[in-house]
Amino acid sequence: MSASPRQIALVGNPNSGKTTLFNAFTGLRQKVGNYPGVTVEKKVGEARTLHGEKVAILDLPGTYSLSARSEDERVARDVLLGDLSGIPRPDVVICVVDASNLERNLYLVLQVIDLGLPVIIALNMIDVVEENKQRIDPEALSESLGGVTVIPCQANAKIGIAELKQAMAKKSYTPVERVWTTDDDLTQLLSETADVLAAHNTINPRAHALTIIGDRAMRDPSHPNCLDNEILRKITPLVDATLKQHPTPVESRIVAARYDAISRISAASLRGENRPDGLSVSDKLDEVLIHPILGWLVFILVMATMFFSMFTLAETPMDWIENGFAILGDWVGSLLGKGDLRDLLVDGVIAGVGGVLVFLPQILILFLFIGILESSGYMARAAFIMDRLMARVGLNGKSFIPLLSSYACAIPGIMATRTIENEKDRLVTILVAPMMSCTARLPVYGILIKLMVPEADNDIWIQTGLMFALYGLGTLGAFLFAAIFKRTIAKGDASPFMIELPPYRLPGWKLIVQQLLDRAGIFIKRAGTIILALSILIWAASTFPKPADPETPKDIALEQSIMGRTGKMIEPIMKPLGYDWKIGSAVIWSFLAREQFVAAMSVIYSVEDEEDEPALRSKLAAAESPDGISIFSIPVCASLLVFYVFAQQCIATFAVVRRETSSWKWPIFQLGYMTVFAWIAAFVTFMIVSHIV
Amino acid sequence: MTKLTLLSEIAPHKSCTVLAILSDAPGMQRLQEMGILPGTKISVIRRAPMGDPIELEVRGYKLSIRKREAAEISVQPA
Repeated sequence: MSASPRQIALVGNPNSGKTTLFNAFTGLRQKVGNYPGVTVEKKVGEARTLHGEKVAILDLPGTYSLSARSEDERVARDVLLGDLSGIPRPDVVICVVDASNLERNLYLVLQVIDLGLPVIIALNMIDVVEENKQRIDPEALSESLGGVTVIPCQANAKIGIAELKQAMAKKSYTPVERVWTTDDDLTQLLSETADVLAAHNTINPRAHALTIIGDRAMRDPSHPNCLDNEILRKITPLVDATLKQHPTPVESRIVAARYDAISRISAASLRGENRPDGLSVSDKLDEVLIHPILGWLVFILVMATMFFSMFTLAETPMDWIENGFAILGDWVGSLLGKGDLRDLLVDGVIAGVGGVLVFLPQILILFLFIGILESSGYMARAAFIMDRLMARVGLNGKSFIPLLSSYACAIPGIMATRTIENEKDRLVTILVAPMMSCTARLPVYGILIKLMVPEADNDIWIQTGLMFALYGLGTLGAFLFAAIFKRTIAKGDASPFMIELPPYRLPGWKLIVQQLLDRAGIFIKRAGTIILALSILIWAASTFPKPADPETPKDIALEQSIMGRTGKMIEPIMKPLGYDWKIGSAVIWSFLAREQFVAAMSVIYSVEDEEDEPALRSKLAAAESPDGISIFSIPVCASLLVFYVFAQQCIATFAVVRRETSSWKWPIFQLGYMTVFAWIAAFVTFMIVSHIV
Repeated sequence: MTKLTLLSEIAPHKSCTVLAILSDAPGMQRLQEMGILPGTKISVIRRAPMGDPIELEVRGYKLSIRKREAAEISVQPA
């Protein structure tokens, strides 16, 4: 038995069903990590062939082409070339092909064949082809591709999985020859380039030569993907000589040559009439969903439904969690005697974690919506509808998805910016993403809005309206700064926008649920580690140093604690915003994670009580300054709300930005500009609202 | 010689055939890789609600690009 399992890579276009196939192969035996040195997500899993052999499956990022325009595509290409250190070159590549979109999907297949790797084609979504009254002849396809194995399948219905596992079992795959041909001058250029590379000890010189000649960016010294200078100096004259004879760019000629072959292959293997009768279901849906007027109505309706669901559907499970933690706190409290340990567990640990976990239902509902939108194909329409608006601030429709995701949490939102090809647009999207109101702000918004709008018959509408206004404010802020950054620090060409509008599909519930569990896991992990640590820290900071006299009243003891002293130290900075030292302390602690505001306020105001939002709210409402003025007045609440809309108060976001931009400069810049702007905006709000009220 | 017709000038519900890609700017190579090549038939399906971008049907699938890029593609109206 060999020591390490055979490596099988999975490649395919976005929307080809690659992830569904990966899940079908590996079940839950998968690991998500990162490629060394870059920020692209690496998904590996373990599968067994039909003969029981254990193989490693690498799910490469979804890509249309291997000429790398984004980091995802660069990783896919480098893995297939064997250029990524630490990742063995795959033994076999399974190309997932959307059979209902054969020509464009074959482009990637041809590129993989060109790299000299053995290929198995998973001809997915054959059912969709049949619905169009067409048929693809697998044997003819295989033959016209030089003998590549072709397995028809239907990943979402688990059809063809066994056949694919059987194909994996075969060990004697050999790469097939390039299936496209071109003029002699280009063939000569490719072989001369390969000679140069071979002389520089490049492995797979022929595959690398094709990559270099087929991708302009690799020969452009101003592009980050440009190859080594010394080799470029030798290759450039060769390319120039070819261009002198034939002025069409060499990369365009290669693309055209591949598509010539694809037209031939498609004609040889596709059977049946090309024209489906009338408009497809998807076309009819689009008539409504991207209609100039109806389209907007639907778009706004979808977004509004999403928000409204977060507040209504989440209520009951939130109550359960709240009550559960209250009972747990009581129970633990009754087991332990009065003392630091009891206070630590009940007021620090249980209250802190409970106060955050309570928002899990909202996060799950939001991600359920995002999952459905992505899986159904509506997300691409949203980008299509929003592109014009995003273009106005210099971004493109692709920034919409990361920014929309940032309403749930900036962390997945920032991670989703990897699909933005233009590096500058990507940076700007990362920089403004945390301005979109994330779910971590909800506890803060929730408690302050309820303080601002006291009980009344129609208060749910005022509260919802205020909530909507806060989301709008954050969104406007993000757009404002995107426009500023695109004109200053990230000046450059507007990125070419290009998005596929895939046919609408019924949401893949399994996939959505799995992603939902992943998200919940990430959130709980964050709640369980960082936030738990912070809860303990807050409790300690509010408890120590202890006053000598144990009979000292609580509020005086708190004033003398580390938190009270820090809050007082920064009081001059916080005073213009209308905050006293207690609020100042809570704001300071929120810089670690903004949802800590509620936990901090709980500890500050209700050290004796267990975590209980209504109780905390009534304490806050009753809080008065020494001269009898209510502390949480409307101007203070408004000022606080605005501060929390704009401030970058999340160390996890800081860490992700550090990782995604591979620099300390950008996360520090982001923390700085957002906080300064938050202070200014809160100050202005406090001034204006004080005058009105 | 008549004036060049550009893809950006084709009205919704009309078709055309690509004559040439007029720019070798970054991004245009990707459009070619997506199947927009001299000789390719393209149908313009619609414009986005705000007028830009446009939706095309190319090689049996739907692709959306901006007018700015569409103005770099010369076509023969059908």
